[in-house]
Amino acid sequence: MIRFILARLLKAAVILMAILVLNFFLIHAAPGDPAAVMAGEAGATDEQFIADLRARFGLDQPLSTQLWLYIKGAAQLDLGYSYRQNMPVAQLILDRLPATLLLTLTAFVISIVLGVVAGVLAASRQGGWGDTLISAVAMIFYATPLFWIALMASLLFSVVLGWLPGFGYETIGANYTGLVRGLDIARHLILPATTLGLFFTAIYMRMTRASMLEVSRLDFVKTARAKGLRPGVIQRRHILRNALLPVITLAGLQAGQIVGGAVLTETVFAWPGIGRLMFDAINQRDYNVLLGVFFVSAAMVLLFNLITDILYVVVDPRIRIRS
Amino acid sequence: MNKVITPLVLAAILATTPATGQEAGGTLNLVIQPEPPSLMMGIVQNGPTQMVAGDIYESLLRYDSDLNPMPSLARKWEVSEDGLTYTFHLQEGVKWHDGEDFTAEDVVFSADVFLRETHPRLRATLDYVESIKAPDDHTVVFKLREPFGPFLGTFEAGTMPIVPKHIYEGTDFANNEMNNTPIGTGPFKFNEWQRGSYIHLVKNEDYYIEGKPYLDEVYYHVIPDAASRAVAYETGTVDVLPGGSVENFDVPRLTELPNTCVTDAGWEYFGPHSWMWMNNHKGPMTDPNTRKAVMHALDRQFALDALWNGLGKLATGPVSSSTRFHEADTPSIAYDPDLAREYLEKSSYNGETLQLLPLPYGETWQRWAEAARQNLIDVGFNVELVATDVAGWNQRVADWDFDLAFTYLYQYGDPALGVSRTYVESNIAKGSPWNNVAGYRNPEVDALWEQAALSTSDETRQELYTEIQNRIVEDVPVAWLLELGFPTIYRCNVQDLVTTAIGINDGLRDAWIEQ
Repeated sequence: MIRFILARLLKAAVILMAILVLNFFLIHAAPGDPAAVMAGEAGATDEQFIADLRARFGLDQPLSTQLWLYIKGAAQLDLGYSYRQNMPVAQLILDRLPATLLLTLTAFVISIVLGVVAGVLAASRQGGWGDTLISAVAMIFYATPLFWIALMASLLFSVVLGWLPGFGYETIGANYTGLVRGLDIARHLILPATTLGLFFTAIYMRMTRASMLEVSRLDFVKTARAKGLRPGVIQRRHILRNALLPVITLAGLQAGQIVGGAVLTETVFAWPGIGRLMFDAINQRDYNVLLGVFFVSAAMVLLFNLITDILYVVVDPRIRIRS
Repeated sequence: MNKVITPLVLAAILATTPATGQEAGGTLNLVIQPEPPSLMMGIVQNGPTQMVAGDIYESLLRYDSDLNPMPSLARKWEVSEDGLTYTFHLQEGVKWHDGEDFTAEDVVFSADVFLRETHPRLRATLDYVESIKAPDDHTVVFKLREPFGPFLGTFEAGTMPIVPKHIYEGTDFANNEMNNTPIGTGPFKFNEWQRGSYIHLVKNEDYYIEGKPYLDEVYYHVIPDAASRAVAYETGTVDVLPGGSVENFDVPRLTELPNTCVTDAGWEYFGPHSWMWMNNHKGPMTDPNTRKAVMHALDRQFALDALWNGLGKLATGPVSSSTRFHEADTPSIAYDPDLAREYLEKSSYNGETLQLLPLPYGETWQRWAEAARQNLIDVGFNVELVATDVAGWNQRVADWDFDLAFTYLYQYGDPALGVSRTYVESNIAKGSPWNNVAGYRNPEVDALWEQAALSTSDETRQELYTEIQNRIVEDVPVAWLLELGFPTIYRCNVQDLVTTAIGINDGLRDAWIEQ
């Protein structure tokens, strides 16, 4: 098991480096650079000013030198400096990380719990009105653009009903502390987390339902029924456990995106997370911030893939035997 | 012999005397969009930075809605007869937010050292300045090499913010750690910035005008989505939506809400002026007849009514009507599709597909580009819209890689400060989207620009600028669109929100909340 993990870690490091190099070139291939954007925002500029900015950002160096300096820094976990925001990139990311983790983890939990429960319910009532209703609702949330759901939720629950705050991380200026602050953040979290969660709920529901139906037709389930086991036991121990494998694969993929943030949800709900940091950095060509966010989110995807692989081994003994 | 500008001194006295009736206290919540990259106004000169940092930093002067100078850090000023010496007498008892005394040395350092390095727009003006001296702690003397007509118009906070010498002298200005906790002399002090959420300013209790500011604290809310900004106003989270914070189609709905007022004042100094760049360097737009066809094909009244809710005005040429020396009676550039077709017939245009770049600043601009495309197709052009983001737009415009491109620029109150840069030949250079991008060349007009900038007589300047405007409109190097109106939407009990030509960007020192 340890050899397996070590081999995967080594592979991950190589992949991470490859991603870094690819991202570096992709970002530099896009038109415009941070010096031009900053000079542009000043509303007036001269060539000397742009040249000075480029020299300050190191953009006057050959691309290969810039890449080498970046990789050297990244290997020591130094993600560079945002000249635009006058701050180290690591600090910018760390400042935004808690908000993003809170939002995406909550959405993750909501989507898995709701999705699996709804999937099991739908599968156990296959063809009935319950199945149809659950499938239809799930499809609606899956098919509707996320930003639209977000805006409608904000309008309904915030403007019309006035039940929940429509945007933001906490009540600005209230200066709450302790438990009261926690509850305030939780109130602000409900709309964005549910909106983001509902999209994935639909996927988990479809996946769980299909997988449950497939497994329930297999021979060992018939054997279990023939042995006279109670339906609940068969459902839980035999069908669900086997049906969860594809759901875990999907969860692993989704978990990888947790740190990357949810750009649309964070934008509509003014949630101060990494998704928005990335979005702003793209617009402003803030290369170091962008590379930093990509680096961290790629590392997370690789980490969660590793965790998913280990979970496979735990859930499915057949994989354990083969490895 | 110096001439003292008496009306200005009177204005100085009035502006520094607290009025009665204002109520002190309260918190004002505003939207800021987009989030500024930094609040150090000496280094970053974009709009959002000035909107917040205009409360923190000040300059020597402010300007009323007719662009007359009013006191700020300077309480009075004199200009010598020859127009070469400007003497400013500074307010006494002014302190920086860290408690240090503000003196004339800070002004000299800011203008002569700091801003020369960091502020490209001011740098062009400072080329006219021979020396900046502080004969005593409360007097600053600017001596010019040659007269420069608009010089008195450059002492606005965004153009010449005064920064603390004791913090910046001898340091790497751009990387100074204090840039993240700005220290100014303004009515509000920086308190906290939760990036991605809000910026919090608190009242400067030691402000040099007794009783001001009235507000206790100000929050600038960072809300990246335009629809959510509208929701923030509707739900009462914010009290002020500065111009441009919501999409134009939301403006009529929001202004109908109870206790809601709207004003398009406070943009007179900037005079945001929109036009369509036409590429005079290469392609179909090199032919004046093609350019005239474009100019007359555009239904600007439709854009004004349907896309801008009637706020703003049709531009009559290169100079905005809020900018000094505007000439209203220029040759007609009115919407006339038949005339456009005539010009197109006479032109060398052969049905090439024109690439039109919309301005990537939101839905209104996108819709405007679509409407303009339809106008152009109606008279016989082939046009395709090219989608870009802001950085891509900058790059393509700076590299002259377009046929037509929407833009708008500030005019800073005077043609010599914000208009000539778009039309003089010496300002043609690839690499910047803000110079003479169109590539307009007219040596005779260039000579007039120079003459007008160097004159100190308003009468002479008006004559020269009138001629310039007529000549340029004849040549149609770009297609002028609208003098943009940016409505500020706010709760009616917020009083004196906009008291200068720079509006909210000039700080909230006069604003108060009626309880």
